[in-house]
Amino acid sequence: MSDRPKTMFEKIWERHVVREAPGEATILYIDVHLVHEVTSPQAFEGLRLAGRRVRRPDKTFATMDHNVPTTDRSLPILDAIALKQMETLVRNCREFGIPVFDLNSPDQGIVHVIGPELGITQPGRTIVCGDSHTSTHGAFGALAFGIGTSEVEHVLATQCLLQLKPKTFEIRVEGERPKGVTAKDIILAIIGTIGTAGGTGYVIEYAGSAIRALSMEERMTICNMSIEAGARAGMIAPDETTYAFLEGRRYAPKGKDWEKALEIWQSLPTDPGAKFDRYLELDASQLEPMVTWGTNPGQVVGVTGVVPDPSEMPTEDERKAAERALEYMGLEPGTPITDIPVDRVFLGSCTNSRLADLRAAARIVAGKKVHPRVRAMVVPGSQHVKKAAEAEGLDKIFKEAGFEWREPGCSMCLGMNEDILQPGERCASTSNRNFEGRQGRGGRTHLVSPEMAAAAAIAGHFVDIRDWL
Amino acid sequence: MQPFTVHRGLVAPLDRVNVDTDQIIPKQFLKRIERTGFGQFLFYDWRYRPDGTPDPDFVLNQPRYQGASILLTRANFGSGSSREHAPWALLDYGFRAIIAPSFADIFKNNCYKNGILPVELDAAIVDHLFQEVWNHEGYELTVDLPEQVVIEPNGTRHRFEVNEFRKYCLLNGLDDIGWTLQFEDLIAAYEAERDALPT
Ligand code: SF4
Repeated sequence: MSDRPKTMFEKIWERHVVREAPGEATILYIDVHLVHEVTSPQAFEGLRLAGRRVRRPDKTFATMDHNVPTTDRSLPILDAIALKQMETLVRNCREFGIPVFDLNSPDQGIVHVIGPELGITQPGRTIVCGDSHTSTHGAFGALAFGIGTSEVEHVLATQCLLQLKPKTFEIRVEGERPKGVTAKDIILAIIGTIGTAGGTGYVIEYAGSAIRALSMEERMTICNMSIEAGARAGMIAPDETTYAFLEGRRYAPKGKDWEKALEIWQSLPTDPGAKFDRYLELDASQLEPMVTWGTNPGQVVGVTGVVPDPSEMPTEDERKAAERALEYMGLEPGTPITDIPVDRVFLGSCTNSRLADLRAAARIVAGKKVHPRVRAMVVPGSQHVKKAAEAEGLDKIFKEAGFEWREPGCSMCLGMNEDILQPGERCASTSNRNFEGRQGRGGRTHLVSPEMAAAAAIAGHFVDIRDWL
Repeated sequence: MQPFTVHRGLVAPLDRVNVDTDQIIPKQFLKRIERTGFGQFLFYDWRYRPDGTPDPDFVLNQPRYQGASILLTRANFGSGSSREHAPWALLDYGFRAIIAPSFADIFKNNCYKNGILPVELDAAIVDHLFQEVWNHEGYELTVDLPEQVVIEPNGTRHRFEVNEFRKYCLLNGLDDIGWTLQFEDLIAAYEAERDALPT
């Protein structure tokens, strides 16, 4: 029985079972718990009310990202409620002995950017956070998923979670990806294919030659948006790319421990012949840069396409959803994507705010100017990303082109701080959700890659980035 | 957590697919540090016009649905973020059960943790229930968790599936943390092994 070929997911799951019994949810051990200011206050309050402690503060890390201002950090924070939430996090972490990368920390940043950056994210680990994009960390061959606040409290108190075992879904992307087609386009194409509920109940493992060829940053972009496909977790087997990324990072194992860790990590990938509950294969060579036209990430089309006609949708539900989406987005069926003008451009979020993303965008904007109608901003994913980008002069390239260069945080990805769209404003965004009102009430979001967003900022409308390369 | 056993209540029909958590509770209301008081912000951008007055066209603002405690809606309800503020807002507003053809995973999980029962019924049955609600003012349903059925006023029963552990927890209003801590010794034993590993 134990020799049966296993998927990577099964191996990691089995290694973390504390108790499994018929008719019960599995008690699963959690190696890393990431905490941020928005989904944690009620969990800490629950602990206090019950007189409980944090079981493993040493496996818990906190940062602030969702709510933080992205303007000058030396200025006072004007939003009193947001400030209270940040102060509450610091107070809670102090009380319970949890390390916190606060606003003044050189390590502060979006929780899913700093985990990997600091080497906290490692293959084989179970990683949770009160945020759905925790799936990002699966890029390292970890089992990582978002949880609600009650579960945050549960992990704080027990370092475990009660889990029902999900099913497994293998998505293979084979072939060579054409120039101008990014990891963002791959994942948008996948979501466009399976729909935003296509992965519900599954953990997705991404495999195939096109996935293997991706850098860690690109793998994170793919796994990040697993949740937009409905899956709680996405994962990619660790390999040399993974190890090279991790080696030497602050929390990565060192010396002899590194060697031992490598041995464990190398045993993780899915065994040949292991069975998944579902399969899908995509040909990377057929992909093109993608642009969402609607109000969920599955409403997406290639840049050479047109805004679709709702009457051609296969089901009644989809037709109604498309009609509503087009009305909200202010778009007419048949409009070429490249004719859609943009007012705002947002380069940031845990999907696309790492150094590689900023480099790619900077290459497009270098020596050019942002279109006069467009207001564009870059929000690096973390302090480290920001510093590294500045050391390379990326900030100058962006600023000279007319971009705003901001402090790290979630910013306009969800618009909890003052970075929001005005009603009717249309935004090319490198984030992950184009829901109604996500970036501000009445705001219209089109999800694209960093390169496509940068080009839209210059042209004032969407362009096929392949024409610029 | 408030247990869930048998609930009878007025049904409100929300005829939209893929209702996401940003619609259920927009982010500007996530800054509170309490669990309560979110009901007033439920579906905020749909319930209220930009000037802050209620939008009479939105279903929850219609007089016939006041006091509804069962929400009837379409597929993939609750997609998007992990914010538990979404079920908190639904519960605080007064919803105890949500009926839909399907739910997003994290949202569904969050419902169970808060004593809200997510009921999955066939799309065709959901369709039929929508017709019934629209056609009959004051339409009520009974959601019977022990029996795992939704019962129409005329006695028609629709069976739904629910994981037996989740059912047990809901019926008993069980505190998950207390349950897990019964196995503290297992956790400690696991940790002793785990902590010896380099990663
Ligand atoms: S950047 Fe956006 S998606 Fe990512 S954690 Fe922040 S709010 Fe969530």
